[in-house]
Amino acid sequence: MNRIDELFKKLKKQRKKAFIVYVTAGYPNLSATARLLPILEKAGADLIELGIPFSDPLADGPTIQKSSHEALLKGVNVKSILRLVRESRRKVSAPLVFMTYYNPILKYGFKNFIRDSKKAGIDGVIVPDLPPEEAGELSKVAKKMDFDTIFLAAPTSTKKRLLKIAEKSRGFIYYVSLTGVTGARKRLPYDLVRHVKNLKKITKKPVCVGFGISSPKQARHISRLADGVIVGSAFIKIIEKNAGDKGAYKKAASFARSMGKAVHSR
Amino acid sequence: MRKKPRIPDKRGYFGLFGGKFVPETLISALEELEGALKKALRDRSFLTELGYYLKEYAGRPTPLYYAENLTRISGGAKIYLKREDLAHTGAHKINNTLGQALLAKKMKKKRIIAETGAGQHGVATATVAALFGFKCDIYMGTEDIHRQGLNVYRMRLLGARVIPVDSGSKTLKDATNEAIRDWVTNVRDTHYILGSVVGPHPYPFMVREFQSVIGKETRSQIKKSKKRLPDYLVACVGGGSNSIGMFHPFFNDKKVKFIGVEAAGRGISSGAHAASLLKGEAGVLHGSLSFLLQDRDGQVNMAHSISAGLDYPGVGPEHSYYKKIKRAEYVGVTDKEALVGFKAITIHEGIIPALESAHAVYYALKLAKKLSRNKIIVVCLSGRGDKDIDIVKEHI
Repeated sequence: MNRIDELFKKLKKQRKKAFIVYVTAGYPNLSATARLLPILEKAGADLIELGIPFSDPLADGPTIQKSSHEALLKGVNVKSILRLVRESRRKVSAPLVFMTYYNPILKYGFKNFIRDSKKAGIDGVIVPDLPPEEAGELSKVAKKMDFDTIFLAAPTSTKKRLLKIAEKSRGFIYYVSLTGVTGARKRLPYDLVRHVKNLKKITKKPVCVGFGISSPKQARHISRLADGVIVGSAFIKIIEKNAGDKGAYKKAASFARSMGKAVHSR
Repeated sequence: MRKKPRIPDKRGYFGLFGGKFVPETLISALEELEGALKKALRDRSFLTELGYYLKEYAGRPTPLYYAENLTRISGGAKIYLKREDLAHTGAHKINNTLGQALLAKKMKKKRIIAETGAGQHGVATATVAALFGFKCDIYMGTEDIHRQGLNVYRMRLLGARVIPVDSGSKTLKDATNEAIRDWVTNVRDTHYILGSVVGPHPYPFMVREFQSVIGKETRSQIKKSKKRLPDYLVACVGGGSNSIGMFHPFFNDKKVKFIGVEAAGRGISSGAHAASLLKGEAGVLHGSLSFLLQDRDGQVNMAHSISAGLDYPGVGPEHSYYKKIKRAEYVGVTDKEALVGFKAITIHEGIIPALESAHAVYYALKLAKKLSRNKIIVVCLSGRGDKDIDIVKEHI
């Protein structure tokens, strides 16, 4: 059993939901990311998504576009991020998954990518521009290496597609809360509850909800129906706002704690 | 009937290239579009309606003009010009936007969006939006807004909103990113009119079908006047829609050679160019796998061309396929050479071409010189040059 399966098994026993945080690797720089990872785990993050920046992140809103762009300006790439992961694994035991677009993986070679990621201590990958139909070979190789491929389901997915996504996803299913790109929203769609319930009906795999979630109130609301809550842009915004500030890490930790508490509350 | 090549396949692949690399949110919209398209292409009333607008509104068929003066100067092969510059709005882009707008009507979409580089596709989209009563937003890089001011003004006059895109290279690539983000957000009531043979399936197939009118007309026109097929077809390649539209109907005519002219910018070894097929490697951008200008980490490189319409680091997957199977040859023409072509056709034929098309004209002149007088070259003159006057003024 890999780290992700263990996590959801443990949470199920405790009747708790997973609090998942996204950070762009290398934003504002790699050593900041290295410092953040253990802080996040301590603050309550059950799983951390580590973004490998891409030049053309078409599923991302302005916040993550900007963090990706700045990380790339610093020269961050798959190799330097893998080094960061190897070093962080000494201090972090929570599952770590990569989130990136397909081209950097393709260029690295997806077999090498999976092998090197697994070796460094990464447990799975989320690729927003890779639907299950295009992931055939990658999925096969990943399965063999017990490396999870987490696919996304969306409000526009038909039932037939939801079944396929549920079948192909390993680790958990990433449910996209809204039609749109990543980024904090004041309101989430009304039909979110119905969509998540429908998805939960057709699968036993954990369903985690992301996109748009920015407040403890929203996080608590979603944790009632899903198995996990994913927070990305709202967290990157905190980092952005406090960049260069001495208390930046404290502020990041306190935001993570408040979101985590909301998710973990019963 | 002629045997038609079965490309793309069911999954939208042209050999190794193509596919559907998009966020899940868009998959159902692409499936809806594919369904509507397949139905429309078999529906006589749809084809009649499209034919009506192409003829009565866009002014088709466009002439195939024998460029006697250019032929004389070259001293070699006969040069013919397929005059897409004479189509309504001044470029071939209208062929595709009319087709897609009629489809959007069928799908009961209320709003259309598009990306644009040179502004020709933006103008053609704003035009059909005005004609059919769609709300219309056009994404355009700030660099292109600056260099193609005339077209920005035309789009606004036509009632479209031009949304400036200031990220990345501030050109076509980033305008396309932003258009896709808009579509992901408003997918339920919006149709995205992609302007080239790029993007996820079924776009490369659909745009090819709508642009194939260029090649089909050329075929019957040259057969009528010369009683034979041309020896060479020459067309510029950015995303590659005018060239695929010209080439595809001749795919099975093995004696007809295809030459795609990419923008070599400041020189093919300068790094500042847009020659994806000559210098790129297979990669995924904007929803399909195709040749792509990228660095060793798989980050997309910035392209450069004097012509905004060719200034794009990717290329349509069907071109990648033609390159792989050696059906087409791809060559580069620099900014400077394009200006030479621009001047030649302006002075000798009285035709002011778009800078995109000027790349093809330059290469055709060069090629004609090497060939004997009984050979025939057809150049796709994809657009007219009014929009480029300011850029040309700066350089000549």
